Amino acid sequence: MLTIKNLQASVEDGAEILKGLNLEVKAGEVHAIMGPNGSGKSTLASVLTGRNGYEVTGGSVDFDGVDLLDLDPEDRAKEGLFLAFQYPVEIPGVSNVNFLRTAMNEIREYRKEDRLSAKDFLAKVKVAGNLVELSDKLSGRSVNVDFSGGEKKRNEIFQMAMLEPKLAILDETDSGLDIDALRIVSEGVNKLRTKDNAIILITHYQRLLEYIKPDFVHVLSDGKIIKTGGAELALELEEKGYDWINEEIAQ
Amino acid sequence: MMSNTYTEEDLAKNLEEQDYKYGFTSDFKSDTIPVGLNEDVIRLISSKKEEPLWLLEKRLQAYRAWTTMVEPDWAHVNYKKPDFQAISYYSAPGQTKKYESWDDVDPEMKETMKKLGISMDEQQRLTGTAVDFVVDSVSVATSFKKKLGELGIIFCSFSEAVENHPELVKKYMGTVVPHTDNFYAALNSAVFTDGSFCYIPKGVRCPMELSTYFRINEGGTGQFERTLVIADEGSYVSYLEGCTAPMRDENQLHAAVVELISLDDAEIKYSTVQNWYPGNKEGVGGVFNFVTKRGLCEKNAKISWTQVETGSAVTWKYPSCILKGDNSIGEFYSVAVTNHFQQADTGSKMIHLGKNTSSTIISKGISAGQSQNTYRGLVQIHPGADNARNRSECDSLLLSDRSGAHTFPYIECKNSTAKIEHEATTSKIGEDQIFYCQQRGINEEKAIGLIVNGYCKEVLNNMPMEFAVEAQKLLEISLENSVG
Repeated sequence: MLTIKNLQASVEDGAEILKGLNLEVKAGEVHAIMGPNGSGKSTLASVLTGRNGYEVTGGSVDFDGVDLLDLDPEDRAKEGLFLAFQYPVEIPGVSNVNFLRTAMNEIREYRKEDRLSAKDFLAKVKVAGNLVELSDKLSGRSVNVDFSGGEKKRNEIFQMAMLEPKLAILDETDSGLDIDALRIVSEGVNKLRTKDNAIILITHYQRLLEYIKPDFVHVLSDGKIIKTGGAELALELEEKGYDWINEEIAQ
Repeated sequence: MMSNTYTEEDLAKNLEEQDYKYGFTSDFKSDTIPVGLNEDVIRLISSKKEEPLWLLEKRLQAYRAWTTMVEPDWAHVNYKKPDFQAISYYSAPGQTKKYESWDDVDPEMKETMKKLGISMDEQQRLTGTAVDFVVDSVSVATSFKKKLGELGIIFCSFSEAVENHPELVKKYMGTVVPHTDNFYAALNSAVFTDGSFCYIPKGVRCPMELSTYFRINEGGTGQFERTLVIADEGSYVSYLEGCTAPMRDENQLHAAVVELISLDDAEIKYSTVQNWYPGNKEGVGGVFNFVTKRGLCEKNAKISWTQVETGSAVTWKYPSCILKGDNSIGEFYSVAVTNHFQQADTGSKMIHLGKNTSSTIISKGISAGQSQNTYRGLVQIHPGADNARNRSECDSLLLSDRSGAHTFPYIECKNSTAKIEHEATTSKIGEDQIFYCQQRGINEEKAIGLIVNGYCKEVLNNMPMEFAVEAQKLLEISLENSVG
């Protein structure tokens, strides 16, 4: 589904962050990307989704046969790429429901599908809301305005449930969540897993991976994936720290 | 189109019939009088309109006052002052065709109307090319008038009011905006050609939104428009002015006067959408919109102004409330959008005279391109206004690095029991907000529309539903290609 080859990217002022990153994600898989602060995890999410302020200096990203880097950010979303933001943005005066309705209609139009009827849309809102225990009240409120930290993260997963992406990148969705919220969010994500979609989890901690079992764990360091393993790699990292890998590689 | 089946003769006949029906015949005999302004010109205007002597006297008084006044320059706007002797002060309203045929209409304007979802008939009517539409609209307007007539509501052109209800015009005209008020009000009082008049009798709740939409069909709006709305004791009216469709007009200077009178326990809701020609992208051309709008509230009365301003090259406009009666309420909700080289200096004045009076000002300014957008407001609490309350909220949103947002709030308080709150914010539309929308599949232009509409929600919510929907679309269109 996603093939990243030798991806190199810099921030606009020049510093190179990604230095030849390779990653292959197939449908039905969950990949965890771990790594110390500053290793390039969030940059990877930004570059894949097309955020301003980054320059791709080399490599390629193929997303189901489409050159992802060639598309505008909104078209990447329409192709089925979703990012659960680490810091979800507030949009005052725009209700969550209206926001999602606009997004869904845009995506459906791109895919030459009919608009959802109000009835079908609201039925979907109910199901998706239940999934992350987001009350009806929140879906009527302005996007992320006056939401608690946990509510914002749940709202991201709610949106993921509504938009049904092929590939979802969860950028530190576990940060700032208490244990109950973490469980709710993780269970929501697990229910959204199918054999046709894929998930990339970006996280610092192994804690999230106790709830969402990854098929692969990658360690990102200095802009490259330096080690790949199964779920057990996360445990080993938790125990020994990132320095252990650097030492292992140095040997 | 149906218009093909219409001949010139049919059109002439229709117009003739229409004129006759509304007693407008004299209005259409001659089109314009020579340029320039002096007492003779004013006498000529008055005689062409077959006005009573008292009105001519009022005009002359206003003219004499005007000659002693100077054009105000305190507003935060820059423009070349009009040459008042180079303007023709009388042109027959309405029926002047602006375009010879539909093909002559500016394609950009057609495109905008299409985007606004305005029907073909409507588009032709608005551009003055409507031939087939005349008959339809007259019949609509007639049935509408009949219904209002049954309730004793008067809704007609200003000229008709002068002719048929002189006692009301005489009693109220100039009581809220005297001709000595300001330069443009004086000019308007001297040379106004027509406008709208509305009277709601005691205790009557007007069952529909009164819209100048219907009025335009009948008489047309002029360069110097005059509006007078009187809500008698315990009555209610919601009045809509303007139109979301782009109004291209040859008249560069527009100086209207609007007076509202809300008697004891009455309520007037006045909503405006202003979309006059703003000039081109380089800042050439466009309408100067210098308007004086003010309302007077008697005991327990309420006046609520709501405006969405997207048009005109230069706007100078402060819809205000004089809260004379005890417990009266004044409200002002405004969205002003400026793009390219537009300049707006707009806001409100709330004059608290009575006890327990309260006022609210919510102003949202949005500046794009190289435009300048200014909020200017005055909250004045007089010594007798015990327990007066005001809340003002002035927010500015910048969409570009080269645009400007300015806020000039004036507060004069002469009563220690008053409570006044003023809040102001200035923000730049967030790149992260736009990216968040894009990541959900919404393109940049739509994202800006969504964010701006959210930002203006508090104001748009005060408009009648259909008007608000149109205003929303208008905001989006006004801001196309505006981020940078």
